[in-house]
Amino acid sequence: MAVFLWTDALVWLLVLAVIGYAAYCLRRPHLAAPWARVFRSRAAMMSSVVLGAFLLVGLLDSLHFRPELARTNGKDAVAYSSSVLSVLDVLASQMRERNEKTYSAPFATRSFAREMVETPDGRQVREYPRLRHGGAHLKDEAGRASDIAGRASLALAAAAFAWLLTGYALRGLVRRLPDIPWRSAWFTLGAVLALVVPALVLSDSYHVLGTDKVGQDVLYLSLKSIRTSLVIGTLATLVMLPLGLLLGIMAGYFKGWVDDLIQYLYTTLNSIPGVLLIAASVLMMQVYIDSHPELFPTAAQRADLRLLFLCVILGLTSWTGLARLLRGETLKLGELEFIQAAHAFGVADSRIILRHITPNVMHIVIIALVMDFSGLVLAEAVLSYVGVGGDPRRPVSAP
Amino acid sequence: MLGYILRRLLYAIPILIGVNLITFVLFFVVNTPDDMARMQLGAKRVTPEAIQKWKAERGYDKPLLWNGAAAGMGRLSDTIFFEKSARLFVFDFGAAEDKRDIANEIATRMGPSLALAVPVFLVGMLINITLALFVAFFRATYIDVWTVVLCVALMSISTLFYIIGGQYLVSKLWSLVPISGYDSGPQGFKFLVLPVLIGVISGIGSGTRWYRTLFLEEMGKDYVRTARAKGLSEPAVLFGHVLRNALIPILTGAVVVIPLLFMGSLITESFFGIPGLGSYTIDAIQAQDFAIVRAMVFMGSLLYILGLLLTDLSYTMVDPRIRLE
Repeated sequence: MAVFLWTDALVWLLVLAVIGYAAYCLRRPHLAAPWARVFRSRAAMMSSVVLGAFLLVGLLDSLHFRPELARTNGKDAVAYSSSVLSVLDVLASQMRERNEKTYSAPFATRSFAREMVETPDGRQVREYPRLRHGGAHLKDEAGRASDIAGRASLALAAAAFAWLLTGYALRGLVRRLPDIPWRSAWFTLGAVLALVVPALVLSDSYHVLGTDKVGQDVLYLSLKSIRTSLVIGTLATLVMLPLGLLLGIMAGYFKGWVDDLIQYLYTTLNSIPGVLLIAASVLMMQVYIDSHPELFPTAAQRADLRLLFLCVILGLTSWTGLARLLRGETLKLGELEFIQAAHAFGVADSRIILRHITPNVMHIVIIALVMDFSGLVLAEAVLSYVGVGGDPRRPVSAP
Repeated sequence: MLGYILRRLLYAIPILIGVNLITFVLFFVVNTPDDMARMQLGAKRVTPEAIQKWKAERGYDKPLLWNGAAAGMGRLSDTIFFEKSARLFVFDFGAAEDKRDIANEIATRMGPSLALAVPVFLVGMLINITLALFVAFFRATYIDVWTVVLCVALMSISTLFYIIGGQYLVSKLWSLVPISGYDSGPQGFKFLVLPVLIGVISGIGSGTRWYRTLFLEEMGKDYVRTARAKGLSEPAVLFGHVLRNALIPILTGAVVVIPLLFMGSLITESFFGIPGLGSYTIDAIQAQDFAIVRAMVFMGSLLYILGLLLTDLSYTMVDPRIRLE
């Protein structure tokens, strides 16, 4: 049974919007030309391959469903498990299900902590017990290094094959669009494959990045965290953008009491220490969720709503920087001739803002958005440590 | 000058009232004291009597804004807003969950916070300015390019990683200093070395990049060309002219931060077990002690506004071209 979480819906809506924008740009040469220039740069192609890999994991993790439980005989009603899984969970079920007891080092075969173990002759010894899954297939632990090397080189060979295959498949595109640096993209793809394929293959029999306190595979947790980071970055920016844009331009355009009011608003918000304001809001939201349990049937939905609220709160508290920048720029623009001319022609304020001012501040908006995106993701890492971040089972990628 | 300071101080009052209102709305209107009581007491012990008792102990059993039952001024003053929010203006923060006086606690915890924050601030400034000058001296060479790349790399890594990595390397592998702890006086030195070092390193990336931009901007100005035309050597131009002029934005930018040093640093303090205000705040958030969080929000905004005022004043100190009326 498919489950639609709020953040999922928003993520897919965003994907649709981006596809729509791309189609819109393709049919308009004046928009297509600058984008074509972007993709002609080698750095852009290389980073888009890396970003694409992250995006793929994030999107796979945004398709949720509740697995069907085994049917009991004689009943037609289908029961669904109460746990919500994503497509990524299914693909990575090897990593997800094979939990250890507690901490273990990367590629370890033995636990990090000592335990009482009973030897075959009945004595009790304190030693580092073998892990339940990590390297469990090894009869002799001394063969671990050669086993890892063997598996890794097999995986590398597979990765190289896949890499050459994509290179072959790309030939058509290279011929049609010769001025795009496909070679850089291809080499970046090679580097990504050389890292990802061995890691995935080895995670079948080892914990590649070790396990955490409750024995969960750290590699799996890091993969899960990609979605959280993407959601926080994009949704918080989406909340922040209209506020910053509207209030910043209004303050710079109308001046007078509107300016005073908006300046007062952002000075007040700014003067509350960021982490504290966010923490206070999240605490309050926590109280609300705890006192209204009937609104959230599954734990995943509760966690999801927490994440959504966190995005909204991050967005509501971080628009001040953008608004201040836009206010300054709009003040400058307002004195320029073309705005004055628009005034003289009797163009309405709303129209001047929409047609003349907004397009002219877009360069600032884009730069600020990109800077804020990474800032928000890092902020979430700090908030998680404080204990007000996303759900602990959905950690962010930063440590 | 005095008039200007007074006027700026008066501006601060509406802002503080705004902060106060926001915290009041967050803590008492969005969620009623009943909700807080339920949360603090835990699911098992929630009974109407327990909630009433919890509220009465903390003075949350009064009306929010208007007490119709009281007489005279009591109608305004015998309310949660007056007792809990307006009292913050006279630094009466009330008591925490563990019945300790918050104002007292803040006063004793300020010392450790400053012992960590002040060295980080001073050493960090010194190193960042030196590095930025160095990079600006070698501008448009490979040294410049690679230092900027390094700075971006340093910036992109979360502070949490520096702390954990530093503790692992310096304290666990090399056993040079204790992993965490604090002691007042000179014995505390060994506890503070690592956190200060990590604080400085985690700030190098953004600081150096920012100061480099300031230096390069200053270098494009006419007076620098004049100085070069006079035949001054590059170091003389850099130290005699560019550094002194670039110090204006650097100093004024740094002044904003000075009052906030009192608040300590949230993450570093709690990782290194330093009993400062930062770890106090984190503990309060984790224990969901609303009174402390409220007090710290108020303190933080007060210090921030003080920082803004100091910035304006420092402009006039370092830049004689600026006059405040």
